[in-house]
Amino acid sequence: MPDVLKFHFDVDGSDFSSAGEASVLVKKKLRQLGYPADIIRKVSIAMYEGEINMVIHANGGTADVEVGEKDITIILKDEGPGIPDISLAMQEGYSTARENIRVLGFGAGMGLPNMKKYTDSMDIDTVIGKGTTITMKVNL
Amino acid sequence: MKIREIKEILGAELLCGECLDGDVFSACCSDMMSDVLAYVKDQGVLITGLVNPQVIRTANMMDMVCVVFVRSKIPTDDILELARESGIVVMRSDLRAFDACGLLYSAGLSQTSGDKHA
Ligand SMILES: Nc1ncnc2c1ncn2[C@@H]1O[C@H](COP(=O)(O)OP(=O)(O)OP(=O)(O)O)[C@@H](O)[C@H]1O
Ligand SMILES: [Mg+2]
Repeated sequence: MPDVLKFHFDVDGSDFSSAGEASVLVKKKLRQLGYPADIIRKVSIAMYEGEINMVIHANGGTADVEVGEKDITIILKDEGPGIPDISLAMQEGYSTARENIRVLGFGAGMGLPNMKKYTDSMDIDTVIGKGTTITMKVNL
Repeated sequence: MKIREIKEILGAELLCGECLDGDVFSACCSDMMSDVLAYVKDQGVLITGLVNPQVIRTANMMDMVCVVFVRSKIPTDDILELARESGIVVMRSDLRAFDACGLLYSAGLSQTSGDKHA
């Protein structure tokens, strides 16, 4: 049975200034573990986009990263409003973010397509009014 | 171009980072971190008028080595601390973004690292 390294983070939805902290820590860990730079970049960009989304759209959540033999899995789980139309949300440029988010440098509608682009698989499980769980994998 | 040259060309003040001898081949300029995350490839320098911790975290995610805050924006100590932890050089300039980019572009830094810089 191969070892799987696991990291768990609570992502605070009430404090924007800490948004992205978990992704920075994961990037540091993966560097220490000696993974190739391109793999680390894919994982960290995808996780960072998802982490920011949880803060700005879903009032926070949890992030779990599992480093396996064949791939790295990122699971982002929130209890936010859910995503009513996934294919619309996946379109570049589609965003429900308002000006208060845009002045913070986010809300261009690029996050979800970017997460898809940088990962080898991405699954969105969302229920309106209950929350969203996004599972992404980057192959090693 | 060396990071040191960027500082000189922009008349910028160094806020953190010791090694200015690193080479950078291209730069990008944006106040939208979403766009930096979506469009940046190997640009080493981020020029921005936005000041918050996500600027540094975004630069870190994109493996950028230097952030220049323009329009006289002054980052707080916790932002600089984040940059130190990530090994990112931070400077600030009184120039507007357009002028800062123009000066760097004229001096040979572009948005893509073409052969002429290799
Ligand atoms: N975790 C989430 N919970 C609820 N809605 C979400 C979540 N993530 C994304 N969305 C919805 O999907 C839309 C598109 O997300 P996406 O990340 O592509 O863009 P954005 O976050 O609005 O802007 P950007 O990522 O460019 O900063 C969001 O505007 C939001 O309506
Ligand atoms: Mg987003």
